[in-house]
Amino acid sequence: MDYAIKIDHLGFAYGDGHVALRDVSLAVQSGAKVALVGPNGAGKSTLMLHMNGILLPGSGSVTVCGLRVDEKALGKVRARVGLVFQDPDDQLFSPTVFDDVAFGPIYQGLGEKEVRVRVDRALASVQMCDYISRVSHHLSVGEKKRIAIATVLSMEPEILVLDEPTAGLDPRARRGLITLLRTLPQTMLISTHDLRMVAELLPRTVVMDHGEVVADRPTAEVLADTALLEAHGLEL
Amino acid sequence: MHYSPTPLHIPDGFLSIYVAIVFWIVTLMLVVYALKRVNQDLGERQVPLMGVLAAAIFAGQMLNFAVAGGTSGHMLGATLATILLGPWAAILVMTCVVGVQALIFQDGGLLALGANIFNMAIIGVSVSYFAYRTVQKLAGGKPWGLYVGGFAAAWLAVFVAALATALELAISGTSPANIALPTMGAVHALIGIAEGLITIGALAFLAAVRPDLVKRNKAEVPAGRVVWLVGLVIALGLAVLSPLASSHPDGLEWVAEQQGFIGLAQSPLYEIIPDYAFPGISSEAVATIVAGLLGTTLVFVVALGLAYSRRKRSSPVES
Amino acid sequence: MHVHFLDPYKPRPSLIHAFDPRVKLVLALAFILAVALTPIGAWPVYVLLFAVIVSVVMLSELGVGYVLKRSALALPFVLAAVPILFTAQGVPLLAVPVGPWTLTITVEGLQRFITILLKSWLSIQMAIVLAASTPFPQLLVAMRAVRMPRLIVAVVGLMWRYLFVMVDEVLRLLRARTARSGDPGLPGARVGGSLAWRARVTGGMAGNLLVRSFDRGERIYAAMAARGYDGEVRTFALPPIPTGQRLILGIGLAVLLLLVMLGYLV
Ligand SMILES: Nc1ncnc2c1ncn2[C@@H]1O[C@H](COP(=O)(O)OP(=O)(O)OP(=O)(O)O)[C@@H](O)[C@H]1O
Ligand SMILES: [Mg+2]
Repeated sequence: MDYAIKIDHLGFAYGDGHVALRDVSLAVQSGAKVALVGPNGAGKSTLMLHMNGILLPGSGSVTVCGLRVDEKALGKVRARVGLVFQDPDDQLFSPTVFDDVAFGPIYQGLGEKEVRVRVDRALASVQMCDYISRVSHHLSVGEKKRIAIATVLSMEPEILVLDEPTAGLDPRARRGLITLLRTLPQTMLISTHDLRMVAELLPRTVVMDHGEVVADRPTAEVLADTALLEAHGLEL
Repeated sequence: MHYSPTPLHIPDGFLSIYVAIVFWIVTLMLVVYALKRVNQDLGERQVPLMGVLAAAIFAGQMLNFAVAGGTSGHMLGATLATILLGPWAAILVMTCVVGVQALIFQDGGLLALGANIFNMAIIGVSVSYFAYRTVQKLAGGKPWGLYVGGFAAAWLAVFVAALATALELAISGTSPANIALPTMGAVHALIGIAEGLITIGALAFLAAVRPDLVKRNKAEVPAGRVVWLVGLVIALGLAVLSPLASSHPDGLEWVAEQQGFIGLAQSPLYEIIPDYAFPGISSEAVATIVAGLLGTTLVFVVALGLAYSRRKRSSPVES
Repeated sequence: MHVHFLDPYKPRPSLIHAFDPRVKLVLALAFILAVALTPIGAWPVYVLLFAVIVSVVMLSELGVGYVLKRSALALPFVLAAVPILFTAQGVPLLAVPVGPWTLTITVEGLQRFITILLKSWLSIQMAIVLAASTPFPQLLVAMRAVRMPRLIVAVVGLMWRYLFVMVDEVLRLLRARTARSGDPGLPGARVGGSLAWRARVTGGMAGNLLVRSFDRGERIYAAMAARGYDGEVRTFALPPIPTGQRLILGIGLAVLLLLVMLGYLV
């Protein structure tokens, strides 16, 4: 079977001893679009940080695109997995939109011409071409979110890992973002509290709580299981 | 709410060119050395942290509170940066803060920037470090060391930086030492108390919420000795120099006069072609009038050109 | 919430705005250096320098009023130079009775004082035009061009980016403080608390800000690392400066040099 993401018995504890992940196993096929839901503190963000080696497994293993995530493979893994953080103010750390979208390709060692092509293409796919020379801090939240996605699209990743992409968006910006995500062909793992988006966009749902996977089923089944939703503080 | 400048940022025009240049050179050398140390000692995580902390210190300087009679207490930040990052990175962070304040907000001059960085980044950090480490040693790890050390460091850093500012102005011939030193010293001895209290408040918050940040004692980097010594020398030197300078202002006046003299002596033109450049114009008054006419013409031409290009811009069809 | 008041950049369709940022930075620094080099009392040169800065301000289309208002920033510092009016040795000009004493303003003192004022005013106007006519990212390019160390430029760039985020946080903290600073109107109650208490509260806010910056620093590092950052600062090579701009740079420097030389002649 061709898995884009394969996680086996992953365990992780933070430096202060807090155990954030316990025996998490998960496999995602290439091209699949999977939701990761669960209450605050469930460990969703922690799991996502493992996808491209920001955090390394305490026990068990993480494999993406056939590469085992460890110190040695970091560069290759990061080129394949685009990780978009929850707060776009963390993701957009450069003075201008161009600098931010170009950051990944520059660190991939591409030449200036190729980088510019990548930046144009990435901005085009999030429909933000006119923003190339804008200053990041003057953008609206919705615009920042789109640019944040462009900052990883420019690296042409095979997998997109998005942490709460619709949080803080107004209805129109949210709608626009959902439409955008639908057009992107990559394998996707999206953590979110927005179950209506999950119902619309993502065929499979993984429910986490207390650092564990408590359910992994087709979205329709999960959303119909009111007992499960209630037990883990979820609401449609 | 507005960004309000602090009295330690010297604008351009107040330092003589020699003082400004000497301080630029000294500051550059020290900052380059600090850069080398930071590149050696610190990991790659430090760059984003330094950028964000610089922003926080800048923003934190807006957190003022009324002291008395229109003055307000400010957070200068050198002490907190030193405690949190260690001396070398703190020097760089403060350099960036002072540099951006000058470049973007004209708080402090660009030519005077060397001296301003010296006062607030080099003196601020090294004196903070000296005072903080000394008190910590005396406290032997007891918690009061953090607070007393923080207060002492903040107060001394502000006070010594103010003395240095006054001295620089005196050597420049801008402000007589016997007036500038006591005034600046007295005002900043008071401001320093406010600064010290703010620092205690900040340290108390840090110790409660993130004790690892203040306990880790970044301040204990191996080569901290050098900074400690520099801090000691600067603090002592200025403490001795200042009363001396203010009781014998003639000494500094003399330095300033000498500088003026060097300024003249160094312009060979002055001797070689004394009345050659503006032939026919001997008196200064006439020269000023000619300059005035020339200047007015320039401004007039620019105004005309602008008006013309604006008209063209607003009616592009005609052009 | 957005903070705009901090960004001094004012977009205008002006000639000065269109300058290459590297040329602009060097010329602005050269102007300030020239002002500093001009000797005390060389009035004709100050008049010409003044004409230059007025022209530049007009060309920049920033508005004379705007530049004047901002240039008042350096005004409080003038106090430091006031004593020089009386202490400089020289020909007495005017006696000012101050209480029981009489202070004498000397011609030399007045000359020096006015010169300092002029220098400061001319320089700050140029600095204002530079900051208001150049977007910050372009200033970063100029900093790199004048060989500022990469690490410093990187830190300054990050600082600029997060300045606005941090100031937003400060404003929120201040608002929270103001919202809770009630005056109950009780007789004898001391509103606002003691000085030490107020300083502690302010310090607590500063501490809060610093803790948040540590957390944010971590998150930014993660975001950078996720895109391949390895501790080294990498950027494109700077494009060459166009010939026209080089010409402007040369002419500008020559004019300034000439003015400085004039200063030593008149
Ligand atoms: N840097 C850290 N150090 C220590 N503990 C942490 C750290 N980051 C997160 N945690 C803890 O790990 C647990 C999982 O956090 P995580 O951020 O992964 O949750 P989450 O599912 O993303 O929650 P949310 O929906 O609020 O974003 C939480 O209990 C949190 O307190
Ligand atoms: Mg999360």
